[in-house]
Amino acid sequence: MQFTINGETRTVEPDIRASLLDVLREHVGLTGTKKGCDHGQCGACTVLVNGRRINSCLTLAVMHQDDDILTIEGLGSADNLHPMQAAFVKHDGYQCGYCTPGQICSAVGMLDEVSKGWPSHVTDKLDSVSLSGDEISERMSGNLCRCAAYPNIVDAISEVSGLAPAKKEAADA
Amino acid sequence: MKTFAYSRADSPEAAVAAGGRFIAGGTNLLDLMKLQIETPESLVDISRLDLAKIEQREDGGLTIGALVPNSDLAADPRVIEGYPVLSRALLAGASGQLRNKASTGGNLLQRTRCYYFYDKATACNKREPGTGCSAIGGVNRILAILGTSEHCIATHPSDMAVAMRALDATIVTLKADGDRRRIAIGEFYRLPGDTPHIENVLEAGELITHVELPTPPKGEQIYRKVRDRASYAFALVSVAGIVSVEDGKIASASLAFGGLGPMPWRDPAVEAALVGQAPSDAVFGAAADALLKNAKGYGTNDFKIPLTRRTLIASLRELTGVSA
Repeated sequence: MQFTINGETRTVEPDIRASLLDVLREHVGLTGTKKGCDHGQCGACTVLVNGRRINSCLTLAVMHQDDDILTIEGLGSADNLHPMQAAFVKHDGYQCGYCTPGQICSAVGMLDEVSKGWPSHVTDKLDSVSLSGDEISERMSGNLCRCAAYPNIVDAISEVSGLAPAKKEAADA
Repeated sequence: MKTFAYSRADSPEAAVAAGGRFIAGGTNLLDLMKLQIETPESLVDISRLDLAKIEQREDGGLTIGALVPNSDLAADPRVIEGYPVLSRALLAGASGQLRNKASTGGNLLQRTRCYYFYDKATACNKREPGTGCSAIGGVNRILAILGTSEHCIATHPSDMAVAMRALDATIVTLKADGDRRRIAIGEFYRLPGDTPHIENVLEAGELITHVELPTPPKGEQIYRKVRDRASYAFALVSVAGIVSVEDGKIASASLAFGGLGPMPWRDPAVEAALVGQAPSDAVFGAAADALLKNAKGYGTNDFKIPLTRRTLIASLRELTGVSA
């Protein structure tokens, strides 16, 4: 099977049953993407496929041979952090870090959804979307953090989105 | 996971001719395959078929391709404008990642999240016909109070399908023999009876290709969902409501319910109790009486009966502008 992962073509021969997550981790060696629940409940495995965030554990790799797959390794590097990665560092948006790659990929996909005007469950008027702390929390509900770094994750995403992290500013004032 | 033969279909006709289990988004099917609750021998990948468009028909209704992802359907301006109950229902379900993958057709065919259906150490007539139902007499707080049988009390988990039931959607299919058919959503799902493993009227190899919505209905539309946490949880009770009021009286009402039964639930008696009446709590209470006349609790889900009553009344207050 041939895949396009982080802009590179990779050819591997996994079992037909392999999830996209298992191919990334076990066959391609990209272990940044994490296996949490393996049932689509925790979001640790979130990657971007054709720009959309999905749970890589709940999809067969064989179904993604023509797709553009982006993982945390393709988003940025230690020397050249993606703005979302930099914001997570700045705002301490993690403790153990296990959910972090999924959180960051999900946040990048989520902000793209907002920029397209997609509403959420907490959007008051469906045709008028504007980001807020509540919107970020709702839109990120598919990513669990068992260290409960949620307030700092929301702050990090707020900064990248251009929203001022209200809580921090109030504390600094 | 049991292994399977895999093929990718290049047309709906080729997909039904292939004679395997269809996979589109896969978010529910693969979850169940990992647990070996579903063990298809062959998977036919339909995800690349040209069925991912939403089109306005000349009659003013919408035709939704079966592969339109839940995210795209919820955000479509025509859906937001004419069918906000559908957008709201979709956005109340699952997570952003899942909605990006889950398809319209697959959402209709979701399996129950009954704990015992998922637990292979227990008896379940839906998973293994004839073994019994562990949910009756077990922990059943998330399970059904309407339409149950002595063999199964599972609920249908979809939010989207509840809105589609209120909207009188039609499901368009392609059968294995090449014939097409149109199935009203009210006739699509089956009560469990003594065959709870058969959940709808699709024949072997029959493929959902589209869902049609009629012209946008008159009146207000809401989707109210009550669940154990504020996001990313299945409904304990949900109401998809469409109500119009003219000259101080309810002119039309369409109400469908999630979390209560083995299918998105709709009862003409509820609507009959409302239409022609001036909206009031007494009228709303009569509608709740009609809905819950045959409701049956199984112990830990008894609370759903009063919860449903209150949720319906709150929904009707919002839809008609009547305050408590």
